[in-house]
Amino acid sequence: MELRQRYEEDLYLVRGALGWTALLGVLAALALLPYLAPGYFLYTASLIAAHIVIAVGLNLLVGYTGQISLGHAGFVAIGAYTAGILAARLGVPWPAAILGAGAVAAGFGFLVGVPALRLTGPYLTIATLGFGIAVNQVLTNWERLSGGRAGLFLPKLAVAGVRLPDSQIYYLFAGLAAVLLWGAFNLVRSHIGRAFVAVRDSDIAAEVMGVNLTIYKTLAFAVSAFYGGIGGAMLAYLLGYLEPQLFTLFESIYYFSMIVVGGLGTIPGSILGAALLTILPQQLAGLKQYLPLVYGATIVAVMALEPLGVYGRWLKIKLWFKTWPF
Amino acid sequence: MALLAQYVVGGLAVGSLYALVALGIVLLYRTSRVLNFAHGDLATFGTFLAFAMLTAARWPFSVSATLSLLLTAVLGAAFFFFIIRPAKESSLLGKIVITLGLALVLQGATTALWGTDTKIFPFPLSETKVYRLSGIVISQLSVGSFAVGLVLMAGLYGLVQHTRLGLAMRAVSQDTVAAQVLGIPVKRIFALTWGLASALGAASGILLAPVTLLDPYMMLDPFLKGFAAAVLGGIDSMPGAAVGGLVLGVVESVFAGYISVRFKTTLSFLIIIAVLVIRPEGLLGQEYKRRV
Repeated sequence: MELRQRYEEDLYLVRGALGWTALLGVLAALALLPYLAPGYFLYTASLIAAHIVIAVGLNLLVGYTGQISLGHAGFVAIGAYTAGILAARLGVPWPAAILGAGAVAAGFGFLVGVPALRLTGPYLTIATLGFGIAVNQVLTNWERLSGGRAGLFLPKLAVAGVRLPDSQIYYLFAGLAAVLLWGAFNLVRSHIGRAFVAVRDSDIAAEVMGVNLTIYKTLAFAVSAFYGGIGGAMLAYLLGYLEPQLFTLFESIYYFSMIVVGGLGTIPGSILGAALLTILPQQLAGLKQYLPLVYGATIVAVMALEPLGVYGRWLKIKLWFKTWPF
Repeated sequence: MALLAQYVVGGLAVGSLYALVALGIVLLYRTSRVLNFAHGDLATFGTFLAFAMLTAARWPFSVSATLSLLLTAVLGAAFFFFIIRPAKESSLLGKIVITLGLALVLQGATTALWGTDTKIFPFPLSETKVYRLSGIVISQLSVGSFAVGLVLMAGLYGLVQHTRLGLAMRAVSQDTVAAQVLGIPVKRIFALTWGLASALGAASGILLAPVTLLDPYMMLDPFLKGFAAAVLGGIDSMPGAAVGGLVLGVVESVFAGYISVRFKTTLSFLIIIAVLVIRPEGLLGQEYKRRV
């Protein structure tokens, strides 16, 4: 076991030669992916990047701050439709559309966070669930805004009028996800992240210790919604069209399962969960009707047997080897 | 004026069904502090069981309905014994996630067993046969489901307030450990509550099926409305759930009649959010206090 002597050592994101080798190895593998993997997998990889962004945002809210959200598809939908309307109707270039999506979603996150100040546990769950459904209903019925069920078509991602090939879209999305992940890692090791965790463990104790609940709860919602909005914009560009049925209660539960399966309150867990639950349905494409059954059974099994998720199991395995033979 | 009365009567008929769904949710929540997201899917599963007995086995309606209520109750109790109780993660979030998982499993099972196509549920009361009461039209089905709803609500109230079993349920909901010390079989009470709540859900499903038609997602909307009704009335108050359901039904029906049909589901969620922000304990709930 290594002995940490200074506070800074505890803060390092990447530790030692092994850590750097692993990180560089992963980055190299991601960079080489377009040359090695078949073409259709690039689409899956871009989809995973978008799902990772959404899952990390949700985990910051649920896993770190302890505020249950069952309406995350609402934030994702707001992001996706903001990007869609900005790009398709107003002709805004994509970098601005993606950022705008994050900003508008963050605004809505702040608004949802305000009632969340007074609500805990089951009440908050119901309120966020209601928010998600209300967003879906408004998008379905306000056709002049969203295009309704007929859908909203987005222009393709392009630089200087030239359409980006799949591999470049993949690099763009992987890069975007990497930057947001780096931001999330830094957020949770800062005083803000510690305040989030304190609110989760006991909000009264946190308040007594000087954590301003109003600021940190709404901030957690806003940050989470920002990630959701960016992820939604990525989904929108990836799919090329939007319709309200892409963002239902089922999607909220789907995003929720990602962080539960991966591991609540860990960022690597969100990455694992998002990747697993994106690849799994594609592998089970022939069994599409059994998909809810598989998801449900997986969630129940994880909660019943390993509440820390896949990443928690990995940490236990790592610990076992580190402390072997004890 | 006659139009308004018509909307109110229609709202009361729908509202009694919302109230039934809400009662199942509230009954379970106040006894075991589990917010059961699988309630709607349990109800759907029970309704499909009744459907299978009615059509495949051709049993009479009374036998099928009773048997399906019993089977759903057993299923609910089994969930408690085999999944909720032994689960390692017993925090509030953990339990919510588990019931969400159960909801997906049940929905998947219903889809796998009976398919996603819409089916017609054979029901002894007819929707097209109507009664006229000084200008107000009301169908036989609405009258029937309203009556059954009232009977079930009254029965449940009697059970919880006037029997030893109800007393045990109230004791467990007040303080589980103290109840256990006093010799109340807490696990059996929990299992029984799960069973009772599930059977109530199945009853609401069977009453709704002739109106909404039968498909694996039929309970999603009524379940969410039931949730809204439970929150509106106070999530740990049984009379609150009944009142909340009826109020929600009437408000929704009047809103749909005068303002907009399309936004009526949105309305119920705006109502929930407003209630939660202004008075989180609901219309008839006890004020929510926390000890440090």
